Amino acid sequence: MRNLWLFFLRYYAFFLFLALEAFAIVLMVNNNSYHSASYFNSANAISADVFSKVADAKTFINLQTVNDSLSKENARLLNLLFSSPYSNSVKRVVVGDSTSQRRYTYIEAKVVNNSVKNRNNYLTLDRGSLQGVKPKMGVICGNGIVGTVKDVNEHFCTVISFLHKDSKISARLNSTKDYGSLVWEGLNPRFAQLKDIPTHVKVKLGDSVTTTGYSQKFPENIFVGRVVKCDLKSGDNFYNIEVALSTSFSTLRYVYIVEDNFAEELSNLESKEVEK
Amino acid sequence: MIGVYLSNIFRFFFLILLQVLVLNNIGLYNMVNPYLYVMFILLLPLETPLYLLLGLSFAMGLSIDIFSNTGGMHAAACTLMAFVRPLVLLIITPRGGYEHQPVPNLRNMGIQWFLTYSVILVLVHHLLLFQLEVFRLNEFLITFTRSILSTIFTLILIFIAQYLTGSSKKRI
Repeated sequence: MRNLWLFFLRYYAFFLFLALEAFAIVLMVNNNSYHSASYFNSANAISADVFSKVADAKTFINLQTVNDSLSKENARLLNLLFSSPYSNSVKRVVVGDSTSQRRYTYIEAKVVNNSVKNRNNYLTLDRGSLQGVKPKMGVICGNGIVGTVKDVNEHFCTVISFLHKDSKISARLNSTKDYGSLVWEGLNPRFAQLKDIPTHVKVKLGDSVTTTGYSQKFPENIFVGRVVKCDLKSGDNFYNIEVALSTSFSTLRYVYIVEDNFAEELSNLESKEVEK
Repeated sequence: MIGVYLSNIFRFFFLILLQVLVLNNIGLYNMVNPYLYVMFILLLPLETPLYLLLGLSFAMGLSIDIFSNTGGMHAAACTLMAFVRPLVLLIITPRGGYEHQPVPNLRNMGIQWFLTYSVILVLVHHLLLFQLEVFRLNEFLITFTRSILSTIFTLILIFIAQYLTGSSKKRI
């Protein structure tokens, strides 16, 4: 026994090193899983406070561009309201009362912390469980998609940016309606790759790419970007399509968290399908 | 003696803030990210006991992790770097040993020694850090390039910082 203690004492540095490394790896793995109760993230009190102060200062500097984009978005929404009386009336007749049941509600939020230059990027938003934010909700902005909510505390939440190695979004080409999954390969925050489009599809350059609504994170038909490059490796069954993202991640200020009111119903139903 | 403690404590917090608020926003083409905060581990005094060296490095890494949402990536890389540091110091012992040099900085040790020292340690840190960040082998080559380029950028920043702060003679 004594020898054992002597052995531990003699090489204590090595064992301390192993223990610390193990602890760090455990933290890292916890952080990678979606529903982790991780305390060491930028939604905790100290770091969120620091970040929100810095963000306040940055917001002030960027006020003009933000106002610009907000007024543009307002104009777009106003157009949607008044310019299509025909389709509205049709809907009312055909679909009837079910139009009054809302599927998606949106929570507006301000970006408190953001990164684009890592392989795995995260955002912190100033909305939390008090405002009804839950993990796995989607996040969009005025002109595209942003990511998925990861951890939530009372006043803040962290978001896995679309610019992350595990991000995968179901998206489709607008002209042919073929869908694939949109991923980010980590080199340029302005471009993403659309996978799983089979080779018989005629892909047009400049075609717009939108969300499918198959996952509960994002509503259907949210504009994601445009096809800029499409090539095929010999012997491959799927195209390699490059999409220029419409979201400019490096200048994000205001975003919307998407709440799917039917999420629970839908996932209950789909999990039953899997159990069979 | 108090001065050593104070300057290291100050450096600890200053480097965290600098890294989190300024340097984390700098990146070139998603290939180069500077991590200047490792300078804290490089500049810890030579007679720092091992447990303190490991503990402080771990704390440094974890602080950066908390601010950048990376779990324990930086903590793991920093701890490895701290563990390797005594070995590197042993291998590149200058003639005459370290007797009169309390702190391994550029001014005390000369450019050649400090360059070898910092290149090895920063490279160890960056290689592990970037591999942990990606955590899959099929992107190995691009991750490797990324860590080499970032190492160069970090080293440039460390040398600039060393020249900027090493002016007064009694600097510890």
